[in-house]
Amino acid sequence: MSTITKDGVSNPAPAKAAPAKPRRGLRGSPTFNFWLFTGPFLIGLAIFVYLPILWSFYLSFFEARFTVTPSEFIGLDNYVLMLTDEDFMGSLGTFTVFAAIIVPLTWATSLGLALMVNRLRFMRAFFRSVFFLPTAVSYVAASLVWKMSIFNGVRFGMANTFLNMFGIDNTAWLANPDPPWYWLVIVTVRLWLQAGFYMILFIAALQNIPQELYEAAAIDGAKPGWQTFWHITLPQLRATSTAVILLLLVAAYQAFDEFFNLLAKTTWGRPPLMELYYKALGDNQDYGAGSAGALILTVLICLVTLLQGKFMGFGRGEESK
Amino acid sequence: MTTTTTPPADRVDVSAKPRRVRTGSVIGSTGLYVATGIAAILFLIPFYLIVRNALMTDPEITGEEWKWFPTDIQWGNFSEPFDDPSVDFARSLWNSAVVGVLHTVGTLLVCSLAGYGLARIPYKHANKVFYVVLGTLMVPTAVTFVPSFVLVSSLGWVDTYRGLIIPGLFSGFTCFLFRQYFLGFPKELEEAARMDGLGYLGAYWRVVVPNSLNFFAAMATITFISGWNSFLWPLVIGQDPSAWTVQVALSNYTTGQTVNFHLIFMATAISILPLVFVFLFLQRWLVQGIAQTGIKG
Repeated sequence: MSTITKDGVSNPAPAKAAPAKPRRGLRGSPTFNFWLFTGPFLIGLAIFVYLPILWSFYLSFFEARFTVTPSEFIGLDNYVLMLTDEDFMGSLGTFTVFAAIIVPLTWATSLGLALMVNRLRFMRAFFRSVFFLPTAVSYVAASLVWKMSIFNGVRFGMANTFLNMFGIDNTAWLANPDPPWYWLVIVTVRLWLQAGFYMILFIAALQNIPQELYEAAAIDGAKPGWQTFWHITLPQLRATSTAVILLLLVAAYQAFDEFFNLLAKTTWGRPPLMELYYKALGDNQDYGAGSAGALILTVLICLVTLLQGKFMGFGRGEESK
Repeated sequence: MTTTTTPPADRVDVSAKPRRVRTGSVIGSTGLYVATGIAAILFLIPFYLIVRNALMTDPEITGEEWKWFPTDIQWGNFSEPFDDPSVDFARSLWNSAVVGVLHTVGTLLVCSLAGYGLARIPYKHANKVFYVVLGTLMVPTAVTFVPSFVLVSSLGWVDTYRGLIIPGLFSGFTCFLFRQYFLGFPKELEEAARMDGLGYLGAYWRVVVPNSLNFFAAMATITFISGWNSFLWPLVIGQDPSAWTVQVALSNYTTGQTVNFHLIFMATAISILPLVFVFLFLQRWLVQGIAQTGIKG
């Protein structure tokens, strides 16, 4: 105590001065420091995110093949071109099918894993690690295993070996769009890679559910199992579920790696990002049409996000508890 | 030093014992373990296949009869990806290591500073700046990757570390997560440091960062994993094989003319190994970081 008093006396500045008050001119000013902290990030954001977006917008109105400084303004022609392009519209169909399968499937699988792991009494950490471990694997590496070992179209592929035991002939999983077995390959690889990650989110959410709710339900005569799951667990997970579904949807929309590595030389099953990759960086290097396609996609995903927000009440999860 | 490990108040301890509602029957509990065990085996099979194929000979992999175990483990396969003249595998590993480490260090530095500034430094337009950051979260890769490539190539950064690393440092999402974290950081600690005469930067570096190492570790792990595993951008930027990352090198095996199974799977195993180590050692932080950030994200 004595030292504090001594300091207070020897130092003419009152010790109670507000800490936020600038003490040394510019260096202490919050405004200067705000820009000091955020400046490097904002400059990078401007150059590497905002500038490319504007550039993309600009390019989409020009005839821009093999050049990024175009001269011929063609208005909305690139947009018309893309919207009437069979491959591009087909890629939107591919995305729709993919999202319609992978989003609910991953949601259900990761929630199921979380419920299972959460109920274990011992070896919890072990099982959680096993399901979580694929998060460390890249799409490229996983695609290699799926394509060359599990779903190889010849007899030594794991799936075919298994089916052969039941007398079923070899299936060309990826080399043939009809029947579309490639969806099984595409969907399982992503499910394996991402289910564990979302399981962690669900485990955290499950542990945040107040125990009293279950006790109250038990007193009211609710049977443990489906009843409590349906009336307590699921509603309590609403905020997390909504966030998970949104993240899954955005991730599905960005799909590229596994499609590129599993279906490299095929003409079917191309998601939008892969279609744009070939359009803009392929043989034609059509930056104008590629940019128009990218903007069409952006508008679409914004619409989907807004619609989802409307239906599922994104951001209102907290109040709905 | 005890303060450095103090978790923020909202930390979720995912490893905590489950709060059980009721004591399950023996049958129910056995069924639960059987189901979990089957799921776990399914999840582990791909890992096992990588190792199995990596340590077999090609005739054994492609043989008439499926073998779960190699008859004779081929430890010599380990060096094959490095001896393969068609792909400079060692170089690609080195590129990935350089890119992964610098990507992680750079992202944490730039994004944590910005996140702190947005969360804690009083400035009247801070909210407007925050919207500028949030806006980028809505923008998908599809919109930016073509013009970003155009920008990077006009800077002459194709096939360089600069081109591979720098455009990826400015992650709106990482900045957002840091901001959310710093909003929950106890204010008293910094105020004490500021009273003691430290500037904003000094307080940040000497008080805030040392007390946030858990969160930094979690973000570092997530950033490193995503950097090591990223594919589209390195594919676009690495046009010359000398600039390939390990993912681009691996991908090249699938499009090659001859398929050399054990070589491909050994290369795959080697590419996964560093991450599995990072993963197992830092898992506690990783799980907490995801649990903590993901709910709000």
